[in-house]
Amino acid sequence: MQSEVQVLGTQINLLWVVIGAMLVIFMQAGFALVETGFCRAKHAAHVVATNFAIFGLGFVGFFFVGFPFAFGGFSFAGIGLEQPVGEALIGSGNWIFLFQGGWAMSSGTITPALLGLFLYMVAFMDTVATIPTGSMAERWKWSSFTIWGIFCGAIYYPLFAAWTWGGGWLSKTWDTMSLGAGYVDFAGSGVVHAVGGVAALAGALVVGPRIGKFGADGKPRALPGHHIPMAMLGTFILLFGWFGFNAASTFAATDVQFATVATNTAIAGAFGAVTAMFYITKRTGKPDPGMMANGMLAGLVAVTAPCAFIAPWAAAVIGVIAAVLAIETVFIVERKFKIDDPVGAIAVHMMNGIFGTLAVGIFSNGSYGAGWNGSSSKGIEGIIKGDWGQLGAQALGVVVILGVIFPIAYGFFKIQNKLTKGGIRSAEEDEIAGLDLPEMGVLAYPEFSGGRL
Amino acid sequence: MKLITAIVKPFKVDDVKDALKSAGVQGMTVSEVKGFGRQGGHTETYRGSEYAIDFVPKVKLELVVDDAEVDAVVEAIRTSANTGKIGDGKVWVTDISRLIRIRTGEEGSNAI
Repeated sequence: MQSEVQVLGTQINLLWVVIGAMLVIFMQAGFALVETGFCRAKHAAHVVATNFAIFGLGFVGFFFVGFPFAFGGFSFAGIGLEQPVGEALIGSGNWIFLFQGGWAMSSGTITPALLGLFLYMVAFMDTVATIPTGSMAERWKWSSFTIWGIFCGAIYYPLFAAWTWGGGWLSKTWDTMSLGAGYVDFAGSGVVHAVGGVAALAGALVVGPRIGKFGADGKPRALPGHHIPMAMLGTFILLFGWFGFNAASTFAATDVQFATVATNTAIAGAFGAVTAMFYITKRTGKPDPGMMANGMLAGLVAVTAPCAFIAPWAAAVIGVIAAVLAIETVFIVERKFKIDDPVGAIAVHMMNGIFGTLAVGIFSNGSYGAGWNGSSSKGIEGIIKGDWGQLGAQALGVVVILGVIFPIAYGFFKIQNKLTKGGIRSAEEDEIAGLDLPEMGVLAYPEFSGGRL
Repeated sequence: MKLITAIVKPFKVDDVKDALKSAGVQGMTVSEVKGFGRQGGHTETYRGSEYAIDFVPKVKLELVVDDAEVDAVVEAIRTSANTGKIGDGKVWVTDISRLIRIRTGEEGSNAI
């Protein structure tokens, strides 16, 4: 029998999770503004509509099968979810690959705690789903895009989520491979951002660069975004939503570590933005607003996995490294690999998702995370504490993201491109005219058309 | 009657307008235009990549004046729009054969 104080604690914890879910869902508005602002006016209705529609598309896939695949085996007594709703579907013991149960929220024990968890997790899935809409913007055929949304919510995101947060095999590597506390990703640098980032890379590779992005000499040309204030506002909204993303990942308001998490998140974002401003000024002479936005987001992405386990100084260092990493990756992606990523999704989400995942194994100071993944860990420790095992677990996670999850995304887009009449890319004349009228039937800015030279 | 057309730097428009008003001009038409002359375009960087601005924004003024006022008006534009730097623009004068005020049907100098 729980005491009244314990019951109250559980209730407050669940409230915290639901507040977190609402904040993360609001991040969709941030993504929509960032991506639309960084694209050209003639595609603006199309780009903003992909960001709008992805919320529902991914949601539907996650509702029917994605959630039970990923979290059928998840339990957390702190919010009143004592028993998992399902069991293993593929694999057993420490080697669970997918779960079952609770299909479409119609079977198993449906409790407020389970539904609160669903709401929180669906918001994370939608973040993954919306990342490729940035790297593939201005040329992704609408009908092809919709299939990605459902695929991401139903299968793509749940795979790696099941292996890590759901209690699957990567979370058990502390037992099976003696690696630290197993794969540790507090709020999803890897599970969300790197997984979304490799899909962004795969999509950009398959769909190809926008017409006019690379000159005849192969040099990248700038195709400036049409609404920088919109993109910067979106960045601030993402920062705001990120407090739900990270701080509410304690799943417990009674776990005051959420304050540490929130502050570390803000530190990394601030240091990322400042570093990017100075770094791009040094590189090109001007404090490019787009790069400042990318720098802040890079810091936020990178601190997402380690935010609960690190000291504030480490959050600052992570923010600084993340910003430089993001800017250099933008250059490398464009200049060396000739990949067109209009918003910098690959640099921000993939590169810094990977960095953040590894950062857990570097900067964790052992002050938090006792018993993580059911291990005997007394607190997550990185190499600054002389422990290399955790970095091993993180590196294995990165290898799986690059070696298993990326090929799945690449294969998905490749096969879809083959099976779709005309491919997953919009028609050339539509792309040149702007996707707004041909694909959406409406212009974003009908009053302002005709002013382009 | 002459049509005077001037291309000036956008930030000088207010100065030009004030100078023309002082010179007794009663009306004009302005439009935002783009183009290039000897100043050429310039390059900007966006997300680390350079791009060319081939057409520089300018403002075009058009006004019709009596022959007797042409020199004074041209001089007013030339002095007020002058910064001494490349890209200050141009003024040209064109003959017009007929001028009509739509409201009253007046023609010629009466219609100015």
